[in-house]
Amino acid sequence: MIIYGVYIVSKSGGLIFNLDNHVPRIEHEKTFTYPLDLVLDYDSKKVSVAFNRKDKINVGHVLVAVNSIPVNGITMEDGRDVKATLEAAENYPIILKFSRPKMTTNEKIFLASMFYPLFAIASQLSPEPKSSGIELLEADTFTLHCFQTLTGIKFIVISETGLNGIDLLLRKVYELYSDYVLKNPFYSLEMPIRCELFDNKLQELLAQVEKTGISNIDK
Amino acid sequence: MTIFNLYIFDKCGTLMHYAEWNRTKKSGITCEEEAKLTYGMLFSIKSFVSKISPYDPREGFLYYKTNRYALHYLETPSGLKFVLNTDTTAINVKELLQQLYSKVWVEYVVRDPLWTPGTVVTSELFQSKLDEFIKQSPIFGIRNI
Repeated sequence: MIIYGVYIVSKSGGLIFNLDNHVPRIEHEKTFTYPLDLVLDYDSKKVSVAFNRKDKINVGHVLVAVNSIPVNGITMEDGRDVKATLEAAENYPIILKFSRPKMTTNEKIFLASMFYPLFAIASQLSPEPKSSGIELLEADTFTLHCFQTLTGIKFIVISETGLNGIDLLLRKVYELYSDYVLKNPFYSLEMPIRCELFDNKLQELLAQVEKTGISNIDK
Repeated sequence: MTIFNLYIFDKCGTLMHYAEWNRTKKSGITCEEEAKLTYGMLFSIKSFVSKISPYDPREGFLYYKTNRYALHYLETPSGLKFVLNTDTTAINVKELLQQLYSKVWVEYVVRDPLWTPGTVVTSELFQSKLDEFIKQSPIFGIRNI
């Protein structure tokens, strides 16, 4: 019973709340000899693997450390350029650490506003009349459940695949939202949610769901 | 259980074939426009899924459901995309799409010498075999309204 994250998207498509819960850290370190057998892509902001996945280092993973010195974008913490370091034969053998890219807050806002049109188009392209938008989206690594309230707020839960009863959890999150966010006199609608009590209650709920399952949520 | 419609796209997003059965709502735009919209949506979903996934995805996006229908998606390594809309109770649609690819597409399109890759499929044999294949599948049923 793993819940990876909870997102709340406002009526206009902006991300107003997000909580990361159990995001796995995928990092792999390996010693490389010259010449480097990985094909790297030197972007203007990051160094990522373009080809030749091996030893769990996958295409798309970004370089986070060289010989245990952290890498910031395309330069190392001591000021050296990553590309120049990796291309010089005298630096080998070299220990490189790769990690799956972590989503920044900006990227999360971007993804939330991207989900909004997908939801609307899914309803427009329906072969049946009166269809809602996406309620469940399944991929091989996670399942996304979305619940839209009558007022247009979307509650999104990202969980592991093959779980039942997430709808109940979504409704419970909605209940917490109406109790602790909407009744908060300092909260203005459509603005990001910064209510400590809501944070705590939501975390309690997720902890309870993870420990004892969804069917035991007290209503 | 019932099957509504099927889109086949190639790796560049061209609509290779479109077929429909039991579809009750038209989207109100032309077929080409609708195909572009569908392809664009799937393209966005693919990028959305690969970014939001907590682990490295292998197959990525599989299907989505609304309260009225489910859209099932199969992409071959060569970039060919099969998109099938069914009702929400249909099961094993992935296997059906895989068989559709190996038994109908490969047999009657790829092995057709008159078909130029990258163009719309006009072969009548393919169309009739596809229709037969879909109608024989267990999830194709007559809708009870």
